[in-house]
Amino acid sequence: MSAGPPASQRGAAPAGLTSEERARREGGASKAPRRRAGSLSAELVLGGWRGLRARKLRTALSCLGVAIGIAAAVAVLGISASSRANLIAELGAEGNLLTVNAGQSFDGSPAPLPLTAEPMIARIPPVESVTATGYVAGATVRRTAAVPAVDSGGISVLAAQPGLLATLGGRVAAGTFLNAATARYPAVVLGAVAAQTLGIDQVAPATQVYLAGRYFTVIGILAPVPLAPEIDEAALVGFPAADSLLGLGGHPTEIYLRAVPDQMQPVASVLPFTANPAQPEAVQVSLPSSILAARAAARTAFTGLFLGLGAVAVLVGGVGIGNIMVISVLERRAEIGLRRALGGTRSQVGLQFLTESLLLSGLGGVAGAAIGAAATAGYAAAAGQPAVMPPADLAAGLGVALVTGVLAGVYPAVRAARLPPAEALRGW
Amino acid sequence: MNPVLEITDVVMTYPGSPPVTALAAITLQVHEAERAAVLGPSGSGKSTLLHVAGTLERPGRGSVRIGGREVAALSDAELSAVRARRLGFVFQQFHLLDHLDAVQNVALGLLYRGEPARARRAAAVAALDRVGLGHRLGHRPAQLSGGERQRVAIARAVAGHPELVLADEPTGNLDSAAGQQIIELLAGLAADGTAVVVVTHDPAVAAAMDRRVVMQDGRIIADEAVPR
Repeated sequence: MSAGPPASQRGAAPAGLTSEERARREGGASKAPRRRAGSLSAELVLGGWRGLRARKLRTALSCLGVAIGIAAAVAVLGISASSRANLIAELGAEGNLLTVNAGQSFDGSPAPLPLTAEPMIARIPPVESVTATGYVAGATVRRTAAVPAVDSGGISVLAAQPGLLATLGGRVAAGTFLNAATARYPAVVLGAVAAQTLGIDQVAPATQVYLAGRYFTVIGILAPVPLAPEIDEAALVGFPAADSLLGLGGHPTEIYLRAVPDQMQPVASVLPFTANPAQPEAVQVSLPSSILAARAAARTAFTGLFLGLGAVAVLVGGVGIGNIMVISVLERRAEIGLRRALGGTRSQVGLQFLTESLLLSGLGGVAGAAIGAAATAGYAAAAGQPAVMPPADLAAGLGVALVTGVLAGVYPAVRAARLPPAEALRGW
Repeated sequence: MNPVLEITDVVMTYPGSPPVTALAAITLQVHEAERAAVLGPSGSGKSTLLHVAGTLERPGRGSVRIGGREVAALSDAELSAVRARRLGFVFQQFHLLDHLDAVQNVALGLLYRGEPARARRAAAVAALDRVGLGHRLGHRPAQLSGGERQRVAIARAVAGHPELVLADEPTGNLDSAAGQQIIELLAGLAADGTAVVVVTHDPAVAAAMDRRVVMQDGRIIADEAVPR
């Protein structure tokens, strides 16, 4: 076997180096060349990746803590974002619904508003749509006349206008809603809960209920209306039918309206005078979306707790990575010595270990974000909500993982960098 | 001939009670294309001498010049650059990275010179060819015999055409046949102008060199040409 250099390198005896090589050698000792940077950072990542791949199980276990923590945090944020998106969908994009009523009368039933209330409110310019319901006092709804009157099931009878669903954002689950024609006849549309209470889940031509002493034909069943739960527990008849058959007298008890979103406050302030100029102090105005929002906020109170648990998991994971990196520095003393002997500077060796720590935490972060996003999607699918994963939350999860990696990697990196090369190589 | 390595009056003392004097005023010059064996009993300071010559350890006193340049004044980055460009190391334990194949291990020797990956790879393949391992490029250390591993390590040391190769017991872990190949490779480096300093217990290694430096208790007690 020949130990000499290949023909191409042999040329200039005795040194055997081309002039270019010699020039490079001479210049070499003066200063570390700057053009290393780009190639080296790529090499750091590649080298770190190769090293981690060579120790797959250890890599996976080291990532696990960070992955669990990030997954928990991302899932919690994703699920609460999905719930929020669902709520916004329920509120109808802007949550600009207002309700007006006159409080309760002595017997606990809703007090009537003046006949002028609804048309007057409709004239307030920022009001986009308005609809009224009227409580029919003393009316009960039963499946048949044979059911005792006391078993009313808590179903109230409300007179409603054809525009009710448009204003409330409700929809019909079966059959149709009241229209100008059916509003005049003994026809009734049942709220979701009322239909359930009566045991009616479909609409047939012969479906009837016994309402205030006579039979009404059921023409439709509503889907739940989250903004106005009182509609769910009501049987709705038309105002003309309520007047002629039930003696309502046309007085509304509750008015629902939607206004231009940024004009909500001014509209709300004029509503009492508009609805009942004679007794404005008796009028109550409320914003159902704020009630729903408060309820949703209460539901997400656990978010903070789970985020805290996620943070603890990330912290423990970070400590685990730091621990593994310290062990790695001890195990790889020879490699550290070798790299120093090959010309690696202290900072390059330190950076190598920092990069590995970052890769570990980054892998954990990516895995955690993926698991968290998958959990969000699964939860949203199960709950029938839209799956929403804010990119900012994903980015924050990854960012936290990377910061953890830096914090966990600094001490081992400094140890690796400070290891004297001769000592690192000695005894091997 | 230019001296590649000039060690002048170097003293190296390790703290302890009593302090251990590893090198006691050593002076040594190694010239271009010169091949020197450093012999001596364990604890005589051979390895320390090699570490000081390789700038892996700064001497307590005295001067170390590599290629005519005093290294005591250099920063860590500058010292590292000297190692990357002017020096090559061969170890008894090979020190190959298990998860890298032969080419990657050799290319690692050029990493800190800042050469682009393709150039490093080409130089690594050429160096492996030169040590007779052109057919083992993609093999990992675990798939190579001891002799082959040390040849990969030599390829790594010489891939960048250093001025000085420092070898610490390069045949210590090898049988005599594999050791002989390593000796021939190291001895052949001089044809390239590369100086070689080998710390060894192996008389066969010493016999293949031009010069024999014998150490004891941190001093050079003999420095003579090897009779041919």
